Amino acid sequence: MRYTPHTPADQERMLRAIGLESIDELYRHIPASLRQRARIELPEGLTELAVRRRMAELAAKNATASDWSFFLGGGIYHHFIPSAVDAVISRSEFSTSYTPYQPEVSQGTLQALFEFQTLICQLSGMEVSNAGVYDGASAAAEAVMMSRRIQPASRRRVLMSRALHPQYRAVISTYLKNLDDVQVEEVPFDASGATDAEQLTRRLNDQSMCVIIGYPNFFGVIEDLAPIQAGCSRAGAQLITVTTEPLALALVKPPGAWGADIAVGEGQSLGVPMSLGGPAYGFFACQKKFVRNIPGRLVGETVDAEGRRGFVLTLATREQHIRREKATSNICTSQTLCVLASTVFMSLLGKSGLRRLAEVNVARAHEAYGRLIQQTGIQAGFAGPFFNEFVLRSDDMDGLLGRCASGRIVPGVALRQWYPELKDCLLVCVTEMNEREEIERLVRSIAG
Amino acid sequence: MSEASPGDRKVRTAAPRLIFESGSPGRSGFCWPSAEVPAHDAIPKALLRDEIAGFPELGELEVLRHFTRLSQRNFAIECQFYPLGSCTMKYNPKINELVARFPGFAEIHPLASADLLQGALELLYELERLLVEVSGMEHVSLQPSAGAQGELTGLMLIRAYLTEQGDPRKKIIVPDTAHGTNPASSTLCGYDVIQIASNAQGVIDAAAVDKAMDSDVAALMVTNPNTLGLFEKNIEAISEAVHAKGGLVYLDGANLNALMGVAKPGHMGVDVLHLNLHKTFSTPHGGGGPGAGPVAVKERLRDYLPVPRIVKQGQRFELLEDFPKSVGRVRSFLGNFGVLVRAYAYMISLGGDGLEEASRMALLNANYIRRKLEMSYQIAYDEPCMHECIFTDKIQHKLGVSTLDIAKRLLDYGFHPPTIYFPLVVSGALMIEPTETETLETLDSFIDAMLAIAREAKEEPDLVKTAPHSTPVSRLDEARAARKPILRWEPSASG
Repeated sequence: MRYTPHTPADQERMLRAIGLESIDELYRHIPASLRQRARIELPEGLTELAVRRRMAELAAKNATASDWSFFLGGGIYHHFIPSAVDAVISRSEFSTSYTPYQPEVSQGTLQALFEFQTLICQLSGMEVSNAGVYDGASAAAEAVMMSRRIQPASRRRVLMSRALHPQYRAVISTYLKNLDDVQVEEVPFDASGATDAEQLTRRLNDQSMCVIIGYPNFFGVIEDLAPIQAGCSRAGAQLITVTTEPLALALVKPPGAWGADIAVGEGQSLGVPMSLGGPAYGFFACQKKFVRNIPGRLVGETVDAEGRRGFVLTLATREQHIRREKATSNICTSQTLCVLASTVFMSLLGKSGLRRLAEVNVARAHEAYGRLIQQTGIQAGFAGPFFNEFVLRSDDMDGLLGRCASGRIVPGVALRQWYPELKDCLLVCVTEMNEREEIERLVRSIAG
Repeated sequence: MSEASPGDRKVRTAAPRLIFESGSPGRSGFCWPSAEVPAHDAIPKALLRDEIAGFPELGELEVLRHFTRLSQRNFAIECQFYPLGSCTMKYNPKINELVARFPGFAEIHPLASADLLQGALELLYELERLLVEVSGMEHVSLQPSAGAQGELTGLMLIRAYLTEQGDPRKKIIVPDTAHGTNPASSTLCGYDVIQIASNAQGVIDAAAVDKAMDSDVAALMVTNPNTLGLFEKNIEAISEAVHAKGGLVYLDGANLNALMGVAKPGHMGVDVLHLNLHKTFSTPHGGGGPGAGPVAVKERLRDYLPVPRIVKQGQRFELLEDFPKSVGRVRSFLGNFGVLVRAYAYMISLGGDGLEEASRMALLNANYIRRKLEMSYQIAYDEPCMHECIFTDKIQHKLGVSTLDIAKRLLDYGFHPPTIYFPLVVSGALMIEPTETETLETLDSFIDAMLAIAREAKEEPDLVKTAPHSTPVSRLDEARAARKPILRWEPSASG
């Protein structure tokens, strides 16, 4: 299948207008040494039907959340997405437009992004939000880099919780590797699965740049940020929270209420399909006083020549296309279509619906947790309060995983790949998508 | 817009309300039975919040009307010709949207074991092979989320490689025609940026590169075709000059849509390349993402690619993390998989011949527009163009009409404007990239509009200078937005 509409007659007419005999003459200025070897040796194109069949064949080799019972979280969550969300983002007026550089004909995207920024502020309790970044992990890395721009050069030590998502920690260290002046220290977690606040506050000093911590953390534990924020405040370090499951923020005290300086996270859970972990988007919010240091796109309200309200991309002097090497970041996408999906999702569920969904997650997860502990003999990994994810400990992890797999259940994520000290631990996630009958089967499979 | 009665006019010209300004307390577009266990029994009260003040309270139909109405205030490829230079706004085929939504792609979890993801891993593995063939490079990582992240990743590879060689170097050479992301990515990667000028023909000379090269230059970052739409014909000599002094060559593949079947970056002496799948391989731009920016390298940089890497062992696909020299991860999970699915579907749809034809037609269209407009607009460089052509406002400027005015007036004719004021080396640039998917009739009507605007600039300049006249809003006060930024709705300010 091709999408090039010119007929031979069209091509003929165009070549004549240009004053050429053949298409090949368009390339006559390309060195022959390159041209001669440029042929693309790939099979012929497929018909649309053949493409559909090939893609269906590949798709059939994957286990989906419908065919299997997934109790998988760890940064990507299986939640219900109302049909209206895909209906809106499938509108080609949204999906086939570009970054809104011409505001007169981009008010749709711009207003939606302005609404998104507001929703993220409301949800996170922060004062300003940008229009989105790549994902939660790069948002976390950008947050640390932003702290580096704000803090004086004497403060270059980062305290990073070991209970922060391991892939996020990896991305942060990839980004920081290129900047020689920043040092990262890992802070351990305690028996409750929370970051060891006592150790953390002890290590804070006048060289500390920021503290970065998962909220809820990678083990699903809702951290008590009061002592950590107090420690940061005393030492002059910034507090950065990272939320991989933002649905939790409909119910738990938001980062802004704890006094966080920067609050970032992954937005997938709010209306974006899992899709193997991407595309979704990272959200990025902070206190207003830091707005000129924020990376990425920002949409602001203004008026047109007749005084009507309108929206534009603003504070562009932070950005690469204006500031080039002095920009706050090189990012120039805001994952807009995924951000739009979340904007529709949050608008539909609204104040009561989002809270209801969060409560159902808490209820399902706690019910499953209680039954697993009481009825299967498996141990709790940690004691801290959790939202919809928790850690279990079993001395027969392989047996457990095998029993579950034979019943088409993935009971969670084994933590041994990232935490040698948790080699017998499993991170279990239960959402509204896990029906009671599934939980029942999980309990039976784990009980053996 | 036709004349309306005074009552009507007020309603029509009013901007839509914000989602926060509609609805009614207690309303929701979502229905779910209440939870069996109250949250405060499970989570300590001190950790819970009050309701989210100001959050929307609307029904489903209200929400849909709101966003449908917003969508009607956008220009988009499926509504208008969108010749935005450097952005490759080609048609985004519907089949790709359909297949990306198959549950076997959309409802799969990245932390499931490889056993459960064999189809996804096969697709990614195959896509890497397709990109290798098109680019002439040797290895690919699909992890970077966008072109700019691909750039950053590519520079990290260079840094890791040179550091390993015991020769870490500090500078990157960037031509003055480069995208702004090139210098920004260089800084982010801890490099200093040296800018070199393009010559009078709009391309860079090997001699200029040779002069700027020293033992502290890690790489040259070059875009080919460059942002003037011109092929860097000295690229082979330029690469030699860089390699001779121990540097590497980075190619920004943003303009690959000109090159398929024409020339392969891998043959130009390029060591690292990033590709924008949302440009050349037709995945929708989405109003500013998501895209995907895979990075492709030559053999000597393979071990530095991000982890995990997809490996084929017998008939099985695995994700491997154990590459000690790797730069590490640049994002979570495996990249923008949904975008990669679309790009793969596109590539197998077109096949080798179809991809080559896409580039051929993209060049034909750009050269056609160039020829048809060159009598009325000043051409920036009198050289054969590739997939895009650059004009300036030199002729119109004398009449008091600027590039911005021309761009805004095009909106009245129902066309999205070209990229304007970029590249920076051209004063008042108008950068037109028609892509291969447009018909001759569309190109002709765009050309007619441009010619009409050139006439208006002479005869009725005020009409052009006050444009647009037919859009939902007129020119917006951007200075005001930046001076006192309003970045969110507040109940008090907006009522």
